[in-house]
Amino acid sequence: MTSAADFPPDFPPDFSVLGAGVAGLCTATALAERGARVELIDTDPAPRGASWYAGGMLAPFCEGEAAPEAVVQAGQLACDWWAARVPGVARRGTLVVAPPRDRAELDRYARATRAHERVDPGALEPALAGRFATGLHFPTEAHLDPRAARRALADRLRGLGAALHFGAATEPRGRIVDCRGLAARDRLPDLRAVRGEMLIVEAPDVTLTRPVRLLHPRFPCYVVPRADHRFMIGATMVESDLTGPVTARAMMELLSAAYTLHPAFAEAQVIETGAGLRPALPDNLPRVIERGDRVFVAGLHRHGFLMSPHLAETAAAILTKENAHADPA
Amino acid sequence: MFYGTDLTSRLMLGTAQYPSPAVLAEAIAASGTQVITVSLRREGPGGAGFRDLVAASGCRVLPNTAGCHSVSEAVTTARMAREVFATDWIKLEVIGHADTLQPDPFATVEAARILCDEGFEVFPYTTDDLIVGEKLIEAGCRVLMPWGAPIGSGQGLSDVGALRRMRAHFDGVPLVIDAGLGAPSEAARAMELGFDAVLLNTAVARAGDPVAMARAFGQAVAAGRAAHGAGLMEPRDMAAPSTPVFGLAVL
Repeated sequence: MTSAADFPPDFPPDFSVLGAGVAGLCTATALAERGARVELIDTDPAPRGASWYAGGMLAPFCEGEAAPEAVVQAGQLACDWWAARVPGVARRGTLVVAPPRDRAELDRYARATRAHERVDPGALEPALAGRFATGLHFPTEAHLDPRAARRALADRLRGLGAALHFGAATEPRGRIVDCRGLAARDRLPDLRAVRGEMLIVEAPDVTLTRPVRLLHPRFPCYVVPRADHRFMIGATMVESDLTGPVTARAMMELLSAAYTLHPAFAEAQVIETGAGLRPALPDNLPRVIERGDRVFVAGLHRHGFLMSPHLAETAAAILTKENAHADPA
Repeated sequence: MFYGTDLTSRLMLGTAQYPSPAVLAEAIAASGTQVITVSLRREGPGGAGFRDLVAASGCRVLPNTAGCHSVSEAVTTARMAREVFATDWIKLEVIGHADTLQPDPFATVEAARILCDEGFEVFPYTTDDLIVGEKLIEAGCRVLMPWGAPIGSGQGLSDVGALRRMRAHFDGVPLVIDAGLGAPSEAARAMELGFDAVLLNTAVARAGDPVAMARAFGQAVAAGRAAHGAGLMEPRDMAAPSTPVFGLAVL
């Protein structure tokens, strides 16, 4: 799939963004919005990458449980950034619950995070009434459907005059901005894979309106509502770069967690299973890296939709400033 | 001595559940540990990226069979670990129950016998049961790793009497308290009781500040070991003033 728009041979693009996952789409968008001439290149005719399997939670405060403060800070930009560009950003917060015997996990989570309040889970999500005595609500957080958001952002890019080259071997003609995810390991040897496995189920008997995280000492999980009673259940974190389908263990753990959240998930139909490889740097902190003649937006780890807006704006600011110096006209 | 290896630090650290490999590396350095355990079962051959980062710590790796529920799984995992890490050391863990993570003593003894015969140097995760300990020694183990409390529970030393008996019974066998510790004071207590080392993971990895907690555990283990060496006083029923009271003026 190559968009009709292309730049003529005698007037090439300023920037060639490699990789049309969430990082590439956001970075191309930030550049195009600054008036740059941008092409977005992906060798896959239907680009997927790790963000294809994402939960789509814009939850900087929840992520702060394990992520560095930089993610909590930068991630707070994500909600407004996405809402200004794509439809379907639901600002309904995040609900965190724990089974009664794992109450200590909830207390620990509350200590490790901020911007939350104690709630009766059933008051927020009637489907959970009577199942959990107490929960944490992070009211400023949001979620979106990652695949729909990616499609909307790609359409928007075309509208901004960017050229999208998917599938064909396209020689980049502008300054290279490398957003290839794990594939950038060939130039960033510090990158490693953290495998994540997820499921999408259709559960007509369950209604949830916001992402719910279930804390469990061994397999924490989250359930993100999508349209039409579909739910994304994620996600494992395995220090492995094995590709291939979801394992039976992962499926059992994810489903048993979903079942703990609501028994009606036992009757759900499993629509899809998926496994992706998250690109991660040793400190798991996503960042913009300038190395050689390339600028990388790298190591998004589990923060693709949360951190791409901030990194995209950072990279675009660096690149367009350079460009202005190179071409004062 | 653990299979002929002397360790100056008596803290062994697990490597799971840290916020990032970078934090793990800092925690290892802060704790002063010389031995880290790494699991293989779940990550499998695809985990090289993480293992390379762990190897960069310079610590001796004690691979473990965490997550194995049968003799054959544990033996296969141990053989794979020997290839991957190029060491004969193996922390043998055969779990009997997925929920409590209690070791299966029967399968552990059987797997230990097979692995010892193959030249492995086995560190078996076991309960505080004396007979199971004897069977493990009989199978060829020269170290025992009794639990303090169930894995990840943070309950500390839940049966001090049993651990004392174990220490007394296995005089001269290196004993490592493995699992269940929540606070540095509990690690110090284990060392004061005469145990040779402690192994822990969750209490450090999931602390608010894993690096500071790793340092605290390192200090506690060193303090407990020094105290044991110095000879602890026995508790007494009556107060015993450290300066004489006889002859003081009664006002």
